[in-house]
Amino acid sequence: MTENPKLTRKDFASDQEVRWCPGCGDYAILAAVQRTLPKVGASLEKTVVISGIGCSSRFPYYMSTYGFHTIHGRAPAFATGHKLANPEVDVWVVTGDGDGLSIGGNHLLHLLRRNVNLQIMLFNNQIYGLTKGQYSPTSTVGKVTPSSPLGSVDQPVVPVRFALGAGAKFVARGYDVSKKLGDVLEASYRFQGTGFVEILQNCPVFNDGIFELITDRKTGPAYQLWLEHGKPMVFGKNSDKGVRFNQATFSLEVVDLGGDITEADLLVHDETNRTLAFLLADMPNVVALGVLFREEGPVYDESVRTQRKLAEDKFGTPDFEALMRSGHTWTVS
Amino acid sequence: MTTPSTHLREDLDSVVIRFAGDSGDGMQLTGSQFTAATALMGNDLATFPDYPAEIRAPAGTTYGVSGFQIHFASIDIMTPGDAPDVLVAMNPAALKVNLDTLKRGGLCVVNTGAFTKGNLKKAGLEANPLEDGSLDPYRVLALDITKMTLEAVKEYGLGAKDGQRCKNMWTLGLMFWLFGRDRQPTVDWLKQKFKKKPVLADANIAALNAGHIYGESAEMPSGIGTYQVPRAELAPGRYRNIEGNQATAWGLVYGAKLAGLEVFYGSYPITPASSLLHHLAKLKHFGVTTFQAEDEIAAVCASVGASYGGQLGVTGTSGPGVALKAEAIGLAIGVELPLVVCDVQRGGPSTGMPTKTEQSDLLQAMWGRNGDAPLAVLAAATPGDCFYMAIEAVRIATKYMTPVILLTDGYLANGAEPWQIPDLSQFEPFPVNFRTDPEGFHPFVRDEDTLARAWAVPGTPELMHRIGGLEKHHDSGHISYDPNNHHKMTKVREAKIAGIQKDLPDAKVHLGEDSGELAVVGWGSTYGAIHQAVEQVRASGKRVSHVHLRHLSPFPPNLAALLSRFDEVMVPEMNNGMLDKVLRAEFGINAQGYNKISGQPFYIGELVAAIEARLAGKNPNQMYDAHGSAHGAEA
Ligand SMILES: Cc1ncc(C[n+]2csc(CCOP(=O)(O)OP(=O)(O)O)c2C)c(N)n1
Ligand code: SF4
Ligand SMILES: [Mg+2]
Repeated sequence: MTENPKLTRKDFASDQEVRWCPGCGDYAILAAVQRTLPKVGASLEKTVVISGIGCSSRFPYYMSTYGFHTIHGRAPAFATGHKLANPEVDVWVVTGDGDGLSIGGNHLLHLLRRNVNLQIMLFNNQIYGLTKGQYSPTSTVGKVTPSSPLGSVDQPVVPVRFALGAGAKFVARGYDVSKKLGDVLEASYRFQGTGFVEILQNCPVFNDGIFELITDRKTGPAYQLWLEHGKPMVFGKNSDKGVRFNQATFSLEVVDLGGDITEADLLVHDETNRTLAFLLADMPNVVALGVLFREEGPVYDESVRTQRKLAEDKFGTPDFEALMRSGHTWTVS
Repeated sequence: MTTPSTHLREDLDSVVIRFAGDSGDGMQLTGSQFTAATALMGNDLATFPDYPAEIRAPAGTTYGVSGFQIHFASIDIMTPGDAPDVLVAMNPAALKVNLDTLKRGGLCVVNTGAFTKGNLKKAGLEANPLEDGSLDPYRVLALDITKMTLEAVKEYGLGAKDGQRCKNMWTLGLMFWLFGRDRQPTVDWLKQKFKKKPVLADANIAALNAGHIYGESAEMPSGIGTYQVPRAELAPGRYRNIEGNQATAWGLVYGAKLAGLEVFYGSYPITPASSLLHHLAKLKHFGVTTFQAEDEIAAVCASVGASYGGQLGVTGTSGPGVALKAEAIGLAIGVELPLVVCDVQRGGPSTGMPTKTEQSDLLQAMWGRNGDAPLAVLAAATPGDCFYMAIEAVRIATKYMTPVILLTDGYLANGAEPWQIPDLSQFEPFPVNFRTDPEGFHPFVRDEDTLARAWAVPGTPELMHRIGGLEKHHDSGHISYDPNNHHKMTKVREAKIAGIQKDLPDAKVHLGEDSGELAVVGWGSTYGAIHQAVEQVRASGKRVSHVHLRHLSPFPPNLAALLSRFDEVMVPEMNNGMLDKVLRAEFGINAQGYNKISGQPFYIGELVAAIEARLAGKNPNQMYDAHGSAHGAEA
């Protein structure tokens, strides 16, 4: 894809009025995507946004690219078929925690294990927004909603852990209003294969403030562990916290730097280590952000095309007449 | 008294043979080899493989019996026949399950080697039918095929198990001798099949030859001779055997070629549709991509995604899979993208009878979606017709930007018939014109004539647009909740499908006059049986006609007028009454069903009896409802 310096963020916005609730985190994500696409040199006609159903899945209507708002949970399947048929385009899938992990959990699993070359953004607001606030598969235990007046008793799924378990080869996390969200999206775009990005998203109407500690400018730094490959896991406002591997419990623990604990005691991020990524997926008191895991591997759509090429090389120019005459035939005169 | 085996062959017009044995006895292979040899003899033929429900049912049980029926003739035939003239029973269970279908006086070939105490017990037989007089009404050729096979393959040093496996070839050799078929194609086939294990090829060929030599040299019991069935008078041309799913697969590929598109086939394995996926997976070099999805929903969604990307999205399945695909088919109707859905029907509801045939998805195909969601529905009449109807499905889907459901069924899918290889020049190409002109473009600009919307593929400069399941404004394609617009769009979607009718051939009267006492109206795989039954009834001077529908939504333009010229309309279906309901609702005529819901195709005899009952003012359905089984098979 050639760099197209003429396009700006505005060029990627459609003429349709955006209809999310005021203050919805989806606005910030839309802006991040519209900022990132010109930066990575994407073109309008070669970008296709495919979504399921949910507030988040309205996304394609607000983009001036090609877009397909499909049915609940199935966007990964539409996207797989589209990418196989139309390999020249960049495909971005937009899904929600309900869309991608409840009704569409199966398709997400298979998209990730196949490693189709596309990006998938899962907007996680831990709630069913569009249907007015029922608990979702990522809602915490005890969540009170219209469908769980006494609190949800469902154990939640951790999206990035699900992705890692499914065999995803690119797993990252960001949040709606983060300045670094664009970088995470860019990394997912540059990855050859399925780039899975969980985006923590605030729903001010039905689940307000659940990520506030993490995303707030003041409190945030104490909870955000931004990962960088090959760098020690340091975080905190004054870079005064770190993550250490506790051999006795085989888990990660947050430690305060200073005293007898130095950077040398901290874990160094290795994004090719799936076991480490699992540990990072779900830590108490801190949220791992950025690229948790990245591993090059066979890309599904390429493998499918390679097989077709092999068949073409082996059997030569297709001859339908010869196909019909293959095997036993006989003449009646 | 014995018959010398060198006597002249007796001429027969038509013969029905049923091969039956345990699932492990190789009856399907035996049947298909007999079919290949028979086709080469120039006979007309029709086959009916009748698989057991279980893949590996316990050996010797009645539910593990696998059957293959072939009807071949010197005359034009259209069904695998009613009652067999010859039954080959490889074990007691096969005999038990099939004996009462055998014609009285028919030939029964039994492998006595399998009639052990244990096998009799497994088949649930108290007495040995070889000894208790059960076979008295038939001519019997009782042979220890197991022993003679082991003898024939002894020198190849196979174990008892592999040795026994050859007994189907021994039996085939005997049948080849009885009916004067050439062994060479089977010999060639065995050599090819066991290329990597030549000793198995040699042993099987030895068994095949031994069966044949047995026939040549043994003294046959009285009444058993050899037969010949002269060539049938088929239209001149080049022929091959074809099964329905193979024909559908080829039709899809050729239809896509006529449209100038590549095929994307998304599917999830399900009986009896799986072989469509197998056939297409072998045709990658014809511009075919196959995608074995994680379920039927993903399969259809991927296909719709491919159609959005400018390929011909096709998905294939059976009834339960169509149920799962309903929502996505509705989306394809809403976003108006081409899609071909092949529904190879089987017995339902739910899992029903996977290996048995039925026509009970008609109403699901027509109306099985939420909202007002019309689409085109087609049905193939014979295995070979699947080729033509698949092309027709592609034509309608691409010309009208709509999903099309092509109904076939298990009987067509697996049944074979000689098929005249079509002259491809008869097909007019119908190339797709993708939209590239931005002038006046929005995704729902329509062709004035067909009402099809413009097909603009992502990647095309300046045609960026968004589509989706939400209602679209008729004049921009943007989301619209305007009440009048929804009314209008619903009417447009209806008019687009209804308008296909202008583009369809008239319904044909396949037999008889275009008016009269009774029209027998069928659709799908019942074609052959209805045709021949109507022919028989007409021979007795009755004013009965056969009309067979290949377009079910919309109906052919002349159908209403045509049916109104008959006093009565009778609709035989392998379901509990579907097309009759639609005809009553659409045309207000008194269409009455005749329904067989046994998972088995119609016999000609029972249809003759039903038509005659109907002509006599009786309700033919009472024949089934009262007895729950097919009668009149020998009529
Ligand atoms: C087949 C089907 N079932 C249910 C719905 C109703 N529905 C629409 S969106 C949704 C949940 C969306 O939740 P999520 O994916 O988290 O998206 P959000 O609205 O929170 O962005 C549900 C249940 C539907 N549209 N289709
Ligand atoms: S309901 Fe929540 S998620 Fe949906 S648009 Fe409103 S704020 Fe956003
Ligand atoms: Mg949500």
